Amino acid sequence: MTSVADLMDYDEVVERFDPMLGLEVHVELHTKTKMFCGCANEFGGEPNTHVCPVCLAAPGALPVVNGIAVESAIKIGLALNCEIAEWCRFARKNYFYPDMPKNFQTSQYDEPIAFNGYLDVTLDDGEVFRVEIERAHMEEDTGKSLHVGGTAGRIHGAEHSLLDYNRAGVPLIEIVTKMIPGTAERAPEVARAYVSALRDLLKALDVSDVRMDQGSLRCDANVSLSPKETGVLGTRTETKNVNSLRSVERAVRFEMTRQAAILAEGGEIVQETRHFEEASGTTRAGRRKETAEDYRYFPEPDLVPIAPSREWVEELRLTLPEMPAQRRKRVQAEWKLTDAELRDLVNADAVDLVAATVEAGATSVEARSWWVSYLMQQANTRGVELGALPITPAQVAKVVALVNEGALTNKLAREVVIGVLDGEGEPEQVVEARGLKVVSDDSALEKAVDEALAAQPDVADKIRDGKVAAAGAIVGAVMKATKGQADAKRVRELVISRCS
Amino acid sequence: MSLIRSTAAELAAKIHGGEVSAVEVAQAHLDRISSVDKGINAFLHVDTEGALAAAKQVDDDVAAGRPVASPLAGVPLALKDVLVAEGMPTTCGSKILEGWHSPYDATVTRRLREAGVVILGKTNMDEFAMGSSTENSAYGPTHNPWDLDRIPGGSGGGSSAALAAFEAPLAIGTDTGGSIRQPGAVTGTVGVKPTYGSVSRYGLVAFSSSLDQAGPCARTVLDAALLHEVIAGYDDRDSTSINAPVPPVVAAAREGASGDLSGVRVGVVTQFSGEGYQPGVLASFEAAVEQLRQLGAEVVQVSCPSFDYALPAYYLIAPSEASSNLARFDAMRYGLRVGDDGSHGAEEVMSLTREAGFGAEVKRRIMIGTYALSSGYYDAYYGSAQKVRTLISRDFDAAFATVDVLVSPTTPTTAFKIGERSGDPMAMYKADLCTIPSNLAGNAAMNVPSGLSADDGLPVGLQIMAPPLQDHRMYRVAAAYEVARDAAQGGPLIQRVPQLEGI
Repeated sequence: MTSVADLMDYDEVVERFDPMLGLEVHVELHTKTKMFCGCANEFGGEPNTHVCPVCLAAPGALPVVNGIAVESAIKIGLALNCEIAEWCRFARKNYFYPDMPKNFQTSQYDEPIAFNGYLDVTLDDGEVFRVEIERAHMEEDTGKSLHVGGTAGRIHGAEHSLLDYNRAGVPLIEIVTKMIPGTAERAPEVARAYVSALRDLLKALDVSDVRMDQGSLRCDANVSLSPKETGVLGTRTETKNVNSLRSVERAVRFEMTRQAAILAEGGEIVQETRHFEEASGTTRAGRRKETAEDYRYFPEPDLVPIAPSREWVEELRLTLPEMPAQRRKRVQAEWKLTDAELRDLVNADAVDLVAATVEAGATSVEARSWWVSYLMQQANTRGVELGALPITPAQVAKVVALVNEGALTNKLAREVVIGVLDGEGEPEQVVEARGLKVVSDDSALEKAVDEALAAQPDVADKIRDGKVAAAGAIVGAVMKATKGQADAKRVRELVISRCS
Repeated sequence: MSLIRSTAAELAAKIHGGEVSAVEVAQAHLDRISSVDKGINAFLHVDTEGALAAAKQVDDDVAAGRPVASPLAGVPLALKDVLVAEGMPTTCGSKILEGWHSPYDATVTRRLREAGVVILGKTNMDEFAMGSSTENSAYGPTHNPWDLDRIPGGSGGGSSAALAAFEAPLAIGTDTGGSIRQPGAVTGTVGVKPTYGSVSRYGLVAFSSSLDQAGPCARTVLDAALLHEVIAGYDDRDSTSINAPVPPVVAAAREGASGDLSGVRVGVVTQFSGEGYQPGVLASFEAAVEQLRQLGAEVVQVSCPSFDYALPAYYLIAPSEASSNLARFDAMRYGLRVGDDGSHGAEEVMSLTREAGFGAEVKRRIMIGTYALSSGYYDAYYGSAQKVRTLISRDFDAAFATVDVLVSPTTPTTAFKIGERSGDPMAMYKADLCTIPSNLAGNAAMNVPSGLSADDGLPVGLQIMAPPLQDHRMYRVAAAYEVARDAAQGGPLIQRVPQLEGI
């Protein structure tokens, strides 16, 4: 366990050392089927129900490449400004592990499908930082081991282990950055902003669920330090199990402070895999490898090479959607947002939601106001992400339209939204079921107005004397009597006309 | 002619014509297996019920006047135990798979069933197809019906011995370095390695993925061709499967049987003779070449210098792929499990199981392959071997630019004695000297018996090689030669197999 004394103050770290970052992101594609067989590619499910001879590595079974996965890989490569290989192969990465049925992973080695690209990342203050991409390659996921009887689900000390092969063979794209120099004190922020930008890009491409919490987007962070201005590369560590954007930032920051403390004492950094501990925000050493792993890569003889034609690649390039960075620039101009307003929208992950709401008929001001304030509150209260709220942009637009028609007041509109969030159906159904319609039937209102005037004759006299401001008391009384369902403007008109 | 001594084509004609029932034919072969297989050990599993049920289905079709499923419907067949089949065990000749039943059919198995072919059972083989004698089976060696003290070849010794012992008229083999052709040669039977990619490997338990190819085994060229057309064809479950029409091998076999080879250019590979070749084998080969000339073929000498490096290249590529292919046998999901007594972790159980479950030759090759792929050695071994492979392909390309087919002896010697080479792996490996180049290059190649060796009276094989997807060329030549051979040697060679009753 690392104690506080083993860490160097962050300000001192960046004063004395230059960090070098490298980020490896694994993305599970959300293709219908797995990478090499026809099994469903679905998160969850009863253990070992999405399996077949191929993904269980039954004797004799053979892989067949999922064409949609290749297409997704090329799209990702193009979106990351990579070159797309004219010819590439899969390779076998050989090592034994119980949750890997073949005891080799079918991956790509020295012939990735995409290479040499970059991603421009916008930092919190609007500065754009370019992260260079080494490669993006295709591979398959492993199954999952569940260790029973040990501490904290770790294999060490476990009594037995359970294996679930549902995830075995799920298509993965591994995206590896080149070494990222020059981040200085912003290294943790750059790491987080890169993963965030990559997540947005993958979401725009619609190739993955990009749910870090479910493991469909996983980040390994390589960090090393070199003494300031020396340019001498330090020994790096690779931190795994980083399951949220915030954790990416924390993990990098923690490693910097830990490594700096060791280096300052004249110690040496051990090249190792470390695991991020979400609760404490620290990293711990993984199992130490006594010998360097030799994966004995060789070209996968069960698969033929992949040679995407240039025509196909260009066709795919034309299908690429607008990239998040461009999209942001465009909506900022269209919706006339200040930088701060745009940042709020981006931080709330609400750009797409607002855009869809605008598309469904609301103005951008109305849509923003719903998503960034009231719905954001609801998301926080309910402990879910904004996009996971059970309300669609179309439903929000419908509520906005009802308000504009005068059928709902703002107060009633919020109640309708609650109804939708609580699963009571479409906005109209909620209005109906909860009896939230604005009372605009004049005869009913006239009766209420007359009753209010009769109840407060002195006020009625004042109005008759021309003191129109006094009408407010009668309007208030009518609103109270109609439980807020009356249209206040119409009530006021009625009060004045009855007293003239 | 008794049912068991008939050819597949004859049996099919009788069954489809209602002259004999498929059930009678199946039963005759099952009875033959009962009476002779104790001495041969060709079968690891006999599926009496399944065979009779499949035969009954064919009889029902014939009785109802429905068209039969294929030209081979109702004909019995022996399946090498490296191809999976539902309802039957698959062991690959290994202890590590003892008792394992496949949950699915190999594509070859499925095609056979759909064609109404009656699968009698699974045949013995060298463990995971690694060997040239069937002595590496964990279930005891198979004996050569020509001389029970001798090996029936390998790895598909069970399939070839079943044919020679008249236990089945058809069999399926797999050929990674000669495992169909070499057993064919030493048992006097026909064995064909089709062009790589023309018969699906789906459900063929992999030894060396880039070399393995299933193919037909029979007692006549025409029977092999009929079976070839049943099992070959594109399969979208095998990425290396070739999406092209199956070469017209049956038509070629029938054409060849007319006995005219005029206009056919035959190349004799000069590398495959001389030291290490048994005189009787060379004499038989030369007589065969002379017969081809008499049939009208133009015979020329062709040099393929890179073939000299085929054997060492093969013994790097095949073990390398095998070391990875066999990694899945780890006790986690199926097969043998050793040491799972609560005191060993998963990795130890894997290790103990593999120690107990694999035989010596399999372990030897896993170690060779692991070494050849290791970092620092890859370029020198696996990388160099792949370059040799390219050179061998070029030699074939150059040769086939001038000749239609190439010929050589199939194997340098006749069947050796059981135990004779088991302590000398290099001597064992040399049995595949002539067959390996076609695996490395992926072209078609076959064995057709060329008679008995003058020095020991044992069968000798003629190998005929054709370019990729030109399989029909070699069938034509083989069929023509078969007719001439039988005419010259006084009847079908195979009928000279010793009587086996009562062994």
